[in-house]
Amino acid sequence: MSVALPVPEIHAGLDPMRPDWAVIQAIKPEAYGIQTFTMRFSDPKLAASFRFQPGQFNMLYLPAFGEVAISLSSDPGEPQVMGHTIRSAGNVTRAFNRLKVGDVAGVRGPYGSWWPVEKVESKNLVIVAGGIGLAPLRPVILAVMRERKAYGRVVLLYGARTPADLLYTDEFEKWQQGDIEVHTTVDLGDEHWRGQVGVVPQLFYRIRVDSKQTLVMTCGPEIMMRFVIYEALARRIPKEAIYISMERNMKCAVGFCGHCQYGPTFICKQGPVLNFASIEPFFGKEDF
Amino acid sequence: MTASLPRVSASVVVPKAALQKILENLCAAGFALIGPTVRDGAITLDEIAGVEDLPLGWTDEQQPGQYRLKPTRQPEYFGFGLGPHSWKKFLLPSRMKLLSVVRQNGNWTFQPVSEPAPRYAFVGVRSCDLQAIGIQDRVLIGGEFHDPHYAARREQIFVLAVNCGKANSTCFCTSMKTGPRVTAGFDLALTEMPEVFVVEVGSEAGSQALGDTPWEAATAFDLGRAAQVVQRVERSIQRQFRTDDLPKLLYNNLEHSQWEEVATRCLSCANCTQVCPTCFCVTVEESSNLTATAAERTRVWDSCFVLDFSHVHGGNIRPTLRSRYRQWLTHKLASWLDQFGTSGCVGCGRCITWCPVGIDLTEEVQAIREKAPK
Repeated sequence: MSVALPVPEIHAGLDPMRPDWAVIQAIKPEAYGIQTFTMRFSDPKLAASFRFQPGQFNMLYLPAFGEVAISLSSDPGEPQVMGHTIRSAGNVTRAFNRLKVGDVAGVRGPYGSWWPVEKVESKNLVIVAGGIGLAPLRPVILAVMRERKAYGRVVLLYGARTPADLLYTDEFEKWQQGDIEVHTTVDLGDEHWRGQVGVVPQLFYRIRVDSKQTLVMTCGPEIMMRFVIYEALARRIPKEAIYISMERNMKCAVGFCGHCQYGPTFICKQGPVLNFASIEPFFGKEDF
Repeated sequence: MTASLPRVSASVVVPKAALQKILENLCAAGFALIGPTVRDGAITLDEIAGVEDLPLGWTDEQQPGQYRLKPTRQPEYFGFGLGPHSWKKFLLPSRMKLLSVVRQNGNWTFQPVSEPAPRYAFVGVRSCDLQAIGIQDRVLIGGEFHDPHYAARREQIFVLAVNCGKANSTCFCTSMKTGPRVTAGFDLALTEMPEVFVVEVGSEAGSQALGDTPWEAATAFDLGRAAQVVQRVERSIQRQFRTDDLPKLLYNNLEHSQWEEVATRCLSCANCTQVCPTCFCVTVEESSNLTATAAERTRVWDSCFVLDFSHVHGGNIRPTLRSRYRQWLTHKLASWLDQFGTSGCVGCGRCITWCPVGIDLTEEVQAIREKAPK
């Protein structure tokens, strides 16, 4: 059984910095200051030919505000509709969160590396996410659910600051029905929260892992990912089986601007999804 | 005197006065001449009309943190070292409009922004700077994506190279193996002698540029004298920079105390990155009219010494000077090799000269090496 998705093609023509226009089809509030935008290229040919892999990102452009790198959070099996989960953080993302259905934004992409979903086939997968770090991992979950039998045990360890900050909670039931184990935690509970309180890496104590048969994919704050890696290594999961998604300032996404460098790595080209073994010498270095 | 043109890879001798004719030929062929010229007390690169704009009779003195022009009795057109400008000023302009959009009837549409790329003839390109162009080629047109603006300028340039007749105290091209002799990538390469130029013809376009000049085939004697000029410069280069242990030395010393030490002197002014002929980092600025019905995206030079360079939501990745200097130096001398298969340094010494406090990267690396924990 093959779970391979079509290899994406960069559609940008002569000028890699020039976006194409896409229309917002739906906006779904996810959490405080976070919404998911479903978009589709205005050009039907482009919309039909667009493909992406889980973990890749687009550059989204709002004229008069600027451009921002946002990962695709939707189902790679339905690439004609592009989902972007955006948190109001700066100028561009704040402006984005004021948009309405029918508004237009520039899109270019997809860029970057992707989660090695194909390597999970008949193996187990532990997905570890913090806060909005679940957005680039949601396509992994959706891709896995499409071919669920091809994979072994699939676990999601997910946490956020408060229960209100947890993303995609309305989908958890569906994911669990699709045989994805979901474990959640929050840093600070509220009067309704009956779940775990604590940091995300602690969720590792809720599961057993078969170290030889497990891949870890993690995305969240760097400090969280550091401790996720400690927990994974403590369970003898090899470095090569740990994948992380890194974030750096990005102006071009095509290797020209130099902003996203992380040692020898351009996060826009070799990243954002990186094998831990490949960046270990740099990971966790202060102010690197 | 020959009516025909010299063949490619031939070496010829022309009188000094023929330089004007060469420049006229280039103008006639549609090139905009860019060359060294005296401005604001320095030899800068700018549009020139002809030989009268060249810094004839001027030379320079350079030390870490110091640059001075002084008159010279030698009537040489190219008797000086490198100024603050490099050719990236023209191939990767410091400020350039990328996109322009307007909103009409509720729809955003792109407006054409690209004027035809200028055809530049670069006059007086030194070997290290030519190598630097080759390095930027790898960055901007050597990968999966091509910068169309750089490519359009780059593919049209005419390179009138010059073998250095003088080295400054900040030069270390011999250590980086980038000079002083021009070896490839030129249309014409001059060696300036007291009364003639010895000219190597590197291309058909170069040969054409010699049209109507009283060129003569160079004799073994001419070639020997020209070679001596370069050899003399080579020998005069004092600065030695050890590179054999380089990527590893820096990667293994990311927490070295020297980074802290250099941070006490570095002003984070970004001069080094602006004068560097290979530094390519840029940012993109968004501007709009007040009603937000028209917007422009402009690419401008950026620097890893700027605090905002590493800004992500929640703060800056490199808030300390220590981390920013480390980023610059490890990129230039270590990770550049991993990324592009070449060092990011050509040994031109500009970052040493134009550092207001005279920080010398070769000294910093040596300090790391000497005090390396292992």
